[in-house]
Amino acid sequence: MLKTIENSAAVTQAADQNQSTPPMVRFDKVTKRFGDLVVLNALDLDVAPNERVAIIGPSGSGKSTLLRLLMTLETPNEGVIYVEGEPLNMMPRNGKLVPADERHIRRVRQRIGMVFQHFHLFPHMSALGNVIEAPIHVLGLSRQEAVTRGEELLEMVGLVDKRDQRPSQLSGGQQQRVAIARSLAMRPDIMLFDEVTSALDPELVGEVLSTIRRIGEEHNITMLIVTHEMGFAKEFADRVCFFDEGKICEQGPAKELLTNPQNPRTQRFLQAVLG
Amino acid sequence: MNIWDWEFAWRIMPLLLDAVVITVYATVLGFAFAAVFGLVLALMRRSHRPWISLPTVAFVEFVRSTPLLVQIYFLYFVLPEFGVLMPAIVAGILGLGLHFSTYCSEVYRAGLDGVPRGQWEAAVSLNMSRYRTYRDIVIPQAIPPVVPALGNYLVGMIKETPLLSSIAVVEVMQQAKIIGSETFRYIEPITLVGAFFLVVSLVAMMGIRRTEAWLRQKVLGSH
Amino acid sequence: MDLLRFLPLMLEGAWVTAQITALALLLALVMGFTAALMRLSRYRLLRGVATVYVEVFRGTSALVQLFWMFYVLPHFGVNIDPFMVGWVALGLNIGAYGAEVIRGAIQAVPKGQYEATIAVNMTRWQAMYRVIIPQAIPNMIPPWGNLSIELLKATSLVSLITIADLTFRARQLNDRTFETVEIFTLVLLMYLAMALVITAGMRLLEHYTSRGLGRGGI
Ligand SMILES: Nc1ncnc2c1ncn2[C@@H]1O[C@H](COP(=O)(O)OP(=O)(O)OP(=O)(O)O)[C@@H](O)[C@H]1O
Ligand SMILES: [Mg+2]
Repeated sequence: MLKTIENSAAVTQAADQNQSTPPMVRFDKVTKRFGDLVVLNALDLDVAPNERVAIIGPSGSGKSTLLRLLMTLETPNEGVIYVEGEPLNMMPRNGKLVPADERHIRRVRQRIGMVFQHFHLFPHMSALGNVIEAPIHVLGLSRQEAVTRGEELLEMVGLVDKRDQRPSQLSGGQQQRVAIARSLAMRPDIMLFDEVTSALDPELVGEVLSTIRRIGEEHNITMLIVTHEMGFAKEFADRVCFFDEGKICEQGPAKELLTNPQNPRTQRFLQAVLG
Repeated sequence: MNIWDWEFAWRIMPLLLDAVVITVYATVLGFAFAAVFGLVLALMRRSHRPWISLPTVAFVEFVRSTPLLVQIYFLYFVLPEFGVLMPAIVAGILGLGLHFSTYCSEVYRAGLDGVPRGQWEAAVSLNMSRYRTYRDIVIPQAIPPVVPALGNYLVGMIKETPLLSSIAVVEVMQQAKIIGSETFRYIEPITLVGAFFLVVSLVAMMGIRRTEAWLRQKVLGSH
Repeated sequence: MDLLRFLPLMLEGAWVTAQITALALLLALVMGFTAALMRLSRYRLLRGVATVYVEVFRGTSALVQLFWMFYVLPHFGVNIDPFMVGWVALGLNIGAYGAEVIRGAIQAVPKGQYEATIAVNMTRWQAMYRVIIPQAIPNMIPPWGNLSIELLKATSLVSLITIADLTFRARQLNDRTFETVEIFTLVLLMYLAMALVITAGMRLLEHYTSRGLGRGGI
């Protein structure tokens, strides 16, 4: 568990909010271990508002863990994660940062949404039911409002005619698009995508990627995207971070890094992936 | 003496049917108790506080590993020592209920654990509260496996009610023994009791299988 | 301590309980395997007989079966001593449940294994005996562990047909001494101890049998 931090820089960071625009997401020396295995090692990462960051790297390098920490599905062992200047896993109390309680986490987490590799749709609800569940019970929208908005979102992902179908009656690509609509319905400022096309048959990958492109066009949302689709990363992301062994090994503008990597490890990885 | 006397069997039928009422009564009350108390045990076992979960585990394991008959004796003979007097039937129902509550608690536990982790994670990603997650996401998905399993234990319980004859509750088995001792004919009463349980089990099992398929279709929409 | 006075009789009772458990378990294993293989047979008659056995013994209550053999069989001139009635009735009862466990475990062996035995031209018996059953056994052990505990608990029923097992001794001592709390607590603990012994034994067996299959074990 995380101890109280008396690092004054960390505390002022929280108060900084009004002076300059803070990054939308900041990882400050975040370490995550599973037992003896160090998955993230004192990681620093800033993501600007509306920035789209693609995260690539070999299996086991800690990409999912990064997103899961930000979604509060895991808790860091050390370090602080900030969302627009506000600490997420910690909270200020008497001028110190102490481990956050459930209330604090839920308030800050409100701004983050996530799309999973295996969709995790609620199997006992229709497509529309999946999309309106949290807006009604978490945001407190009226059913009417939630349905109107839910239908708009299903329209956007091209599935409004499937609104009453159960997930088991949808294809993988359709399920993933419903999951994207479900996440968008919470109006997140930050969206996390963890290999959202990896579980799909090749012919279904395109429809999901174009849905993500469309979100990029129509919404101002900061995105962290773990992906193996290098073509998509190159054309869609502003920046690419190459992860290896729990560290950012190399990062830079997407086109530059993907066409002309500097680090030998990045070169080897890209060579292997692109063949 | 002929082996099976239909006329005698027919004559004792009303007596047995009267006793069936007691059997059913004990089962219904006992199972209601088991289903509710089992849920309490399951939630206590899932508690993050070890001083709640550990004694619960110990209690469940203890009750599950020792004979119902002795537990019924315990309630019937021991509780009066502490001033808790109750009629035999109440001790019997309590014994059945306590014993089966431990089985029910395992059913609930398996049902809740069977909901994939991804469902919890999706709920977190939508910022749902724990209560809301249980209520809208986890419990509805746990119902299709839980209901048939509880049904099996309901059938299991009715087949254990003959144990109440050991503390002189006149349920159907005790009635059969009384008839046997008075008429010196055991074959008809005891066979009829067996047939009663067999019919109840077979019909119930069929019903449970149907319900299971129906629930799965209803909740998950799968075929 | 009063408890010490009770102990000799209780241990005698526990010994009877242990014997009945062991004999009934052996019978249950034999009946379980036989009925399971019959239910998987190609011949309808064998399947039918086994199904009737399984459904009747699972569907009627254990105590009813015990009383039936105790009170009714003598009418047909079959006089078996109560001790034997006890373990035979319980063995047949648990065997019916065991048959379903065994059948399930055998059916859970991947289909490719059957196909492989055909590819190397084994007979059905060879396939069962040399390939399928050895793989099914590790899956049977945990449910058989549970059944053994159910059997141990069910042996208390034999006290109702005059057999002096642990439960019988408890009631006997209770009628004589009125030290109700001590007696029944002690008896429950003795049953718990026996159950723990069974659980430990099954764990060992599980460990031992899973070794050969490249699962678990040292
Ligand atoms: N809950 C956990 N318990 C133990 N180890 C874990 C856990 N979650 C992840 N790990 C380990 O942490 C390391 C990083 O995992 P992570 O899922 O972040 O990798 P990844 O970069 O997303 O890989 P992939 O491309 O395969 O998804 C792996 O070695 C993994 O085995
Ligand atoms: Mg991953």
